[in-house]
Amino acid sequence: MIINLSYFVAAVLFILGLKQMASPVTARRGIIWAGYGMVLATVVTFFHPELKGFLNYFLIILGIAVGGGLAWWSAKRVAMTDMPQMIALYNGMGGGAAAGIGIVALLQGKDMSLLIQSIAALGVLIGAVAFSGSLIAYAKLQGLMNKTLRFSGQQKLNIVLFAVTVLLGLWVTFSGNDVNNNVLLWFVVLSLVFGVLMTLPIGGADMPVVISLYNALTGLAVGFKGLVLDNPALMIAGVVVGAAGTLLTQLMAKAMNRSLGSVLFSGFGDTAAAETSETGGSMKEIEASDVGVMMAFANKVIVVPGYGMAVAQAQHKVWELCQLLGERDVKVKFAIHPVAGRMPGHMNVLLAEAGVPYDMIYDLDEINQEFETADVALIIGANDVVNPVARTDPSSPIYGMPILNADKAKNVIVVKRGKGAGFSGIENALFFLDQTRMLYGDGQAAAAELIQAVKEL
Amino acid sequence: MIEGFIALYIFMLAAFTGYEVIARVPVILHTPLMSGSNFVHGIVLIGAMVALGHAETSVERWVGFIAVVLGAGNAVGGYVVTERMLEMFKSSKRGG
Repeated sequence: MIINLSYFVAAVLFILGLKQMASPVTARRGIIWAGYGMVLATVVTFFHPELKGFLNYFLIILGIAVGGGLAWWSAKRVAMTDMPQMIALYNGMGGGAAAGIGIVALLQGKDMSLLIQSIAALGVLIGAVAFSGSLIAYAKLQGLMNKTLRFSGQQKLNIVLFAVTVLLGLWVTFSGNDVNNNVLLWFVVLSLVFGVLMTLPIGGADMPVVISLYNALTGLAVGFKGLVLDNPALMIAGVVVGAAGTLLTQLMAKAMNRSLGSVLFSGFGDTAAAETSETGGSMKEIEASDVGVMMAFANKVIVVPGYGMAVAQAQHKVWELCQLLGERDVKVKFAIHPVAGRMPGHMNVLLAEAGVPYDMIYDLDEINQEFETADVALIIGANDVVNPVARTDPSSPIYGMPILNADKAKNVIVVKRGKGAGFSGIENALFFLDQTRMLYGDGQAAAAELIQAVKEL
Repeated sequence: MIEGFIALYIFMLAAFTGYEVIARVPVILHTPLMSGSNFVHGIVLIGAMVALGHAETSVERWVGFIAVVLGAGNAVGGYVVTERMLEMFKSSKRGG
């Protein structure tokens, strides 16, 4: 009774917490509420009637200490730029845990209805795929494996593998309360392999969508386990995340102009679509001191930061520069593309880390008309998200992707490390425009030079 | 035992709740929100605890133990990174 009541309270806290996370003002309170819910649910579970045996209690406490301790230690240390892969990692752990619960339930051979048993098996499959897939996503984003593995017939292999896995799953489902351990083992192994093979061919640029998808899948697997264990808290929290994650995945895919199908089954991302049409004109260089003058006497400056800024750890310097400009009554705004950084909203986190208040940060729809009235658009570390070919060149792989209209600004300054193409390998037509000037150099060094230039005026 | 149809209702209502809660989220919060929802499915920990809690053979214990470790990692890691991110969001009106 007390346990069920506590689970109910926890579920309410989760939903209210997520709701509060929908606004930057209350977001922090939201996660804390959800945290209380989690602590409450975990503590009362120690009094769950199905828990028995000293050894089991000992193992539970040990497991929480080990898993929680390692996660605490790593989560406190991770840099904000590495956040996406860390989320992938923790998400994979959740998927693995869900699969584990299903395996234990099937091993024990309790009497389950056919429906529940099929859901248990399905949860194992989804959880295992989310687990191994998330680990691959982590490895890719962490730079542990740069190669995108593709070979001919890969899709056929995946389909065959998936079919075999499903057949084994059906075998498990229809085995009643006497599941063959070897069949179960192979079912789990093949599910894991499928998760790996499904993720391997997906390019780095598409990873955020994939992580979000696995997040939704883990939620779903957790919801299924709630049904198997007769635990409404798991059901509600799992399915809420499953639905929310699915919506979030769609939003991200839409922002990148990619359908979920093409993310999973084609493989642009990094297929170096280099042979785009020749862009006319040449890139023109500029000195930092000239840029300083230009910005200091501008009315409105729009900063377009990209992942390159974060890699160069330049966000603090950029913010310092903006504060200097603010003192000179220059209006400064930040324009963030939905997929700037490694996932939607990632850049906002990085700017927030540097101390930029969130009400100076605008997203694509809010700011796109304003570029026409901006004197200077400062592009720092961004590339594809300001490439006008997305509007103009139907043959380009990024054609149709919503972009920031930085090319409409009176002057465009591009801070860039070198002359290479962006993450997707596509030549950027913006760099060749008449009003564009290139400021080559490391993001942080360039920002420091700009600060110096503005100060000297 | 939750009856089949009751379960279906719970699933449906929870799915709509999840959809509605997220539908109004601004893009700037997508990353913390993904992280936050990632934390919420860390509730899998309590399922793992129950699974391990009634384990009887050593194989079940091993699998259950791994599930508890992973579940605890999901919950704790998810919470800490989300909290770290949200802690930094400030408004300029409060002096940024």
